[in-house]
Amino acid sequence: MRAATFNRWFGRGWLSLGYAFLYLPIAALVIFSFNDSPVPNVWGRFTLKWYAALTSDTEILNGLWLSLRIAFFTACASVVLGTLAALALVKHRRFVGRTLFSGMLNAPLVMPEVIIGLSLLLMLVAAQKASQAAFGVGFPERGLMTIWLGHLLLGMAYAAVVVQARLKDLNPQLEEAAMDLGARPWQVFWLVTLPMISQALLSAWLLTFTLSLDDVVLSAFLSGPGATTMPLVIFSRARLGLNPSVNAVATLTVALVSIGVIGASLWIARRERLRAADVAAAARYA
Amino acid sequence: MSAVKTGRGWAVIGVPYVWLLLFFLLPFLIVLKISISEMDIASVKDVLTVQNGAIVLNARFSNYVTLVTDDLYFSTYLSSLKYATVTTVLCLAIGYPFAYFMARARATIQPALLMLVMLPFWTSFLLRVYAWKGLLTEHGWAHAVITSTGLDHLLLRAGLIPGEGQLMNTPFSLVLGMTYTYLPFMILPLYSNLAKMDLRLLEAASDLGATAWVAFWKITVPLSKAGIIAGAMLVFIPCVGEYVIPELLGGPQTQMIGRTLWDEFFSNNDWPMASVVAAAMVLLVIVPLALFNKYQAEANEGRA
Repeated sequence: MRAATFNRWFGRGWLSLGYAFLYLPIAALVIFSFNDSPVPNVWGRFTLKWYAALTSDTEILNGLWLSLRIAFFTACASVVLGTLAALALVKHRRFVGRTLFSGMLNAPLVMPEVIIGLSLLLMLVAAQKASQAAFGVGFPERGLMTIWLGHLLLGMAYAAVVVQARLKDLNPQLEEAAMDLGARPWQVFWLVTLPMISQALLSAWLLTFTLSLDDVVLSAFLSGPGATTMPLVIFSRARLGLNPSVNAVATLTVALVSIGVIGASLWIARRERLRAADVAAAARYA
Repeated sequence: MSAVKTGRGWAVIGVPYVWLLLFFLLPFLIVLKISISEMDIASVKDVLTVQNGAIVLNARFSNYVTLVTDDLYFSTYLSSLKYATVTTVLCLAIGYPFAYFMARARATIQPALLMLVMLPFWTSFLLRVYAWKGLLTEHGWAHAVITSTGLDHLLLRAGLIPGEGQLMNTPFSLVLGMTYTYLPFMILPLYSNLAKMDLRLLEAASDLGATAWVAFWKITVPLSKAGIIAGAMLVFIPCVGEYVIPELLGGPQTQMIGRTLWDEFFSNNDWPMASVVAAAMVLLVIVPLALFNKYQAEANEGRA
């Protein structure tokens, strides 16, 4: 008995310390964004001046606009390509070069970003040179599109993991039933498979959007003159030292992400409940 | 199967496949080519010899010779491996009990616990690393706690910081930052593994006279091997090539290979040398990468 009580309290203590470790820096970021003091990490008094300064900070605002556009395109394309890749792996157990395919798909999840960034950049430079020689126009120009290509490589891998997890839990009988009832393969996909994985698609979209919005290394390699994303602006400021404007940006990010994630998970939970109710109703009629 | 015959199957496989070949594999082959293209003899090897794989090991190429003979590069490699290993061990030491207690918590609060681990992962990684800068420099919260408890004496004795009260830009701040950043990557695979475990096995062990401690080491730990490997690889591989954390939290003593690559490319404009560093880095992570891929394939396709 005493051992069990000890275990329980030890477990609670360990979890609390762990969560404190994970959240302490975030709490500090938020608190010090309201700090007015000559030393950035000593509390002086409450202020909103860093937020006010942000509204006229064109460097950050331009970066944010660029980052949002890249993140939007990245998330959309990642979900499409990631879903295709997930379908390929889940629906087709054997095809030529399957191991190479899954290897290439999973590698970007862990591969150091400096390697991905450098190799993609060197290829794009080679492509640009070749097109310059052939057509007299250097394409692709470094900027939004090249950053998007890099983020897409990363986003596709993450999206594929999320969608794959959902696809393999699907009941194959539902798709088979639709086919038995005469649906064509694309009808099965649009009318049966897609609605069932819609939550996974939403999580994948949100995940790849935030990944892209956050990326420093790939963007640094692939950006061109004038294409400075928000993380690049923040990184160059953070490198130089403590900067309260960074804290203000951080607080806004944390607020938005929390609202987004909590909202999305509530929506997903609601869909899940409705679906369960539908399944139960269908079972009653059967 | 019929989908393959009708041709839709080939689109599903073909589009992402061609995409990956074009934007993942091909760029990498170009890196290998550029890494040997700046040889003293101007003859350029054709691509097929590059694909041979053994090329990377071949030390006849001048840039690769520099990499092996130059003490600076070599020690940078060693220290990258060292810091990545230390980070992985620390993440496992903190993350395993954490994931274990999460998986054994009441089922009703587990989704919330899981959400709380994932939430920091959704908020900007760059900003969370930056936060440690404020915490660890003088007057920061963590700085105050560590110096007032005398922990800095221990760190100093362990050689992790250069002097009392100097916490930033040291091996200590680097390892702390990397452990902090990668801890969720260790916890998540371990949790999903431990949560699936059949608890009746532990009851059986206890019925057969095993103490809780013995049952833990003989049953729980071996059964969670796949989770341990996945978590360790998710931490170790990106840490080897980490750039942002050493740049923000590291210091002059903590040169890491990702930073070397960056400097070769952006400061020295030496593309071939940067390519050599990249190729060698891949060599360093290729075995862990294969392990990770094997696990990932099993985890994604294990249950049919």
